Amino acid sequence: MSTLEKLRDRASTVVGLTGTASHQWRSRLINAGPVVALVVLIIVFAITSSVFLTGSNLATIGSQLSILLVLAVGMTFVILLGSIDLSSEGVMAASSLIFVLLASNDRNGNNFGWLAVGAGIGTGALFGLINGFFHTKFGIPSFMVTLGTGAIGLGVATVLFGGQPPRLMDGTLRRLGVASWFGVSALLYISLGVFVVALLIQKYTRVGRYGYVIGGDEGIASISGINIKKYKIGAFVISGTCAGLAGVMASAQLDVGDVNIGTGLLFTAISAVVVGGTILSGGRGGVLKTLIGSLIIVVLANGLILAGISPDVQIAVQSVVIVAAVAITSWPLRKRVRVVK
Amino acid sequence: MNTSASDDVSEPVNAEIEQPLLRVENLTKRFPGVVALDDVTMEVRPHEVVGLIGENGAGKSTLLNILSGLYAQDSGTLKVNGMQVTFKGPRDAAQAGIGMVHQEQSLINAVSVAENILLGIEAQSLTAGWYRWSSLNTRAQEQLDKIGSKISPTALVNTLTFAEKQMVEVAKALAVEEEYAGQPVIVLDEPTSVLESDDLETLFAEIDRLRKVASIVFVSHRLDEVLRVSDRVYVMKDGRCVAERDPKTVHIDDLYRLMVGKESSGQFYREDSQVAVRDAAPVLVTKGLTKEGCFVDVDLEVRPGEVLGIAGVQGSGREELSRVLFGADSYDAGQIWLSGKRKRFSSPFGAVRAGIGYVPIERRIEGVAQGMSVRENVLLADCRAVSRGPFLVPRLVNEMVHEWVSKLNIKTPNLDADVVNLSGGNQQKVILAKWLSSPRVKVLILDHPTRGLDVGAKEDVYSLIRELCERDMAIILLGDTLEEVISLSHRVVVMRDGSISASFEAAPGSKPMPVDLIKWMV
Repeated sequence: MSTLEKLRDRASTVVGLTGTASHQWRSRLINAGPVVALVVLIIVFAITSSVFLTGSNLATIGSQLSILLVLAVGMTFVILLGSIDLSSEGVMAASSLIFVLLASNDRNGNNFGWLAVGAGIGTGALFGLINGFFHTKFGIPSFMVTLGTGAIGLGVATVLFGGQPPRLMDGTLRRLGVASWFGVSALLYISLGVFVVALLIQKYTRVGRYGYVIGGDEGIASISGINIKKYKIGAFVISGTCAGLAGVMASAQLDVGDVNIGTGLLFTAISAVVVGGTILSGGRGGVLKTLIGSLIIVVLANGLILAGISPDVQIAVQSVVIVAAVAITSWPLRKRVRVVK
Repeated sequence: MNTSASDDVSEPVNAEIEQPLLRVENLTKRFPGVVALDDVTMEVRPHEVVGLIGENGAGKSTLLNILSGLYAQDSGTLKVNGMQVTFKGPRDAAQAGIGMVHQEQSLINAVSVAENILLGIEAQSLTAGWYRWSSLNTRAQEQLDKIGSKISPTALVNTLTFAEKQMVEVAKALAVEEEYAGQPVIVLDEPTSVLESDDLETLFAEIDRLRKVASIVFVSHRLDEVLRVSDRVYVMKDGRCVAERDPKTVHIDDLYRLMVGKESSGQFYREDSQVAVRDAAPVLVTKGLTKEGCFVDVDLEVRPGEVLGIAGVQGSGREELSRVLFGADSYDAGQIWLSGKRKRFSSPFGAVRAGIGYVPIERRIEGVAQGMSVRENVLLADCRAVSRGPFLVPRLVNEMVHEWVSKLNIKTPNLDADVVNLSGGNQQKVILAKWLSSPRVKVLILDHPTRGLDVGAKEDVYSLIRELCERDMAIILLGDTLEEVISLSHRVVVMRDGSISASFEAAPGSKPMPVDLIKWMV
């Protein structure tokens, strides 16, 4: 017994010392890198700009964070599978118009109130279901399916849009869009609520746990008798639901239903997920990392604005950061003969 | 060979015969063109360690895949505790008490040890779809306790060492007990192929401990290890179970002989047309070639017109070596010389430019470009000979492709036919034509060139290899079977655990015996 244990310990030490140094270095980088980057950004901007740490600027950051975080948190579940959801902007557009046209508005006599909110979110969930269904049932790559359904979402929104934006007239919902409690935007409370729910789903449900398993190795998941399609569809539904909610939140904030309500957010959301440390090939990452990633993106954008850098340059800077982040996290995974699609 | 299977197998080794825990009867499985399992009957008794040995392709993997529910047999029966069972999938096998430890580690890195051990059978630790982690961890701890492991169920797998992961694999296999009341059968598929000697001792101790709670099927091609841990040994050859032996009384040479079988005729391999190698300077030389974790200090020499066979089991490093020679993987130390010049290429592109062609083992994935025509496939490697400046000259292209199609006797309706629609043998010839049509290719690496081909197509490939030698092509051959390597080669080097363990001259008429080689392989 004792000799056996000695042997076992020795075996572990030997393997531990030789085998995985570079691997550990890499996983440390992926885990700590984003947090370090965020702290550095905050310190740099706090030093260079006198406004950065003021209450009103922090409130602005919080408000800018809210919609992005909802979108990115949903996206995390799909990216964990090694898939992607490119339909978010289209889904946001569709949910925005459906929501505004069902709530009290200046176009028709509807006044469904909170039911309209549900319809907007439900639109997102339906899109997610369609994405997941076509991706798993027909084996169409997720980027293709979601690119298509995203265009459908934009199409639906354009038809409903009918020339000029319908204005949201529901007083409660309009106020919710701009209200702030204790100096923090109400939308941020909602998005933090979504974040917590997502964290729980990820930690305590099969959709969450199997996301890592399927994204890590679909073959192992399959020989363990896991119904892969079901959980993949689940991830897409989560992502679609979040996009639907993001569309509703943005509409309440701006008081309009707009086809372009989500324009530019898709790239930002994917960036937030990846910069946070969830890898595009799937199996590693998570919702918490996405919170850090979203903060990095928002703080970076805010800091650049305060530094007086033009928005066009900002987009370029942001893109460089993202490509660099992806290159760093995937560098040790590269192989000479590996087809990257 | 074919000492009728039943003669050997029915002879009982143990005097007392208990009800077998697991019994396969007359199991047969066919794949297109090959009988992978041919009327195999075996059994596993309670608390027994059964060794299963055989060459690559002897049918071991097929048998294991049927036992683990991944394949269905064509005929024959599986019996667990005397009851006939049918497996529709891996879950069914687990529920019948059969747990697998796969050759490749099958753990998910980003989740915890407990989740891996109970993957797919978490249900009883969930309430309304909600994980109760304490319950999951307790259940995992039970399995870990069985093998006396101190690994924490909450640890993430990517923080474990290789040896620890191996133990989690065993615990995962043991978890079938949760679904099956009786004693489980744990199948260890080549568990030793990646372990260092220290880890080996640990594993053997582990097996001794395991047999108190389970029966074990131990699959390996390292005979000394099998003999050391097993109570009984089955030998497989060409899809048949050719013998059952008692490790205490059997001589290791008998097992070698049973694994390899009798010689087949050299005629099949065109041995009579093997021409002795001219005395020329070697075209490819490696000195001290090393890739950490794969192979060490490999010195090779291949002369024009020579076939150099490399023999070795999986994990011997020969596959990695062939990929390094083709620039598909990097190496850590050593030199590669081509035609007297030191070459450093860092990609297949560089290797091809330096004059090395590669016929890969994965014909359909890496060999032919599916969806492209025969003509386009032949042109892939080098189209300078049929180009003027940056443009292809259609007339020259057609002449050249026609020439190779008729030279190699490629059976295709026309040059525009999609290469996917050709038979495996003809696809292989298209790949060869691709390299042969390039004047700069001087060395060809053939990685299992006859894998999956029927007998006729194999003969064509063999004839072609002989012809290539007459054209002074230097060939490095990784064959499917030992017989193939020995018969086709002028010289055979044997690799074991990443280094060259032996080298044999294989001139026509004085070929070494497979038994001589296999001693250096395992």
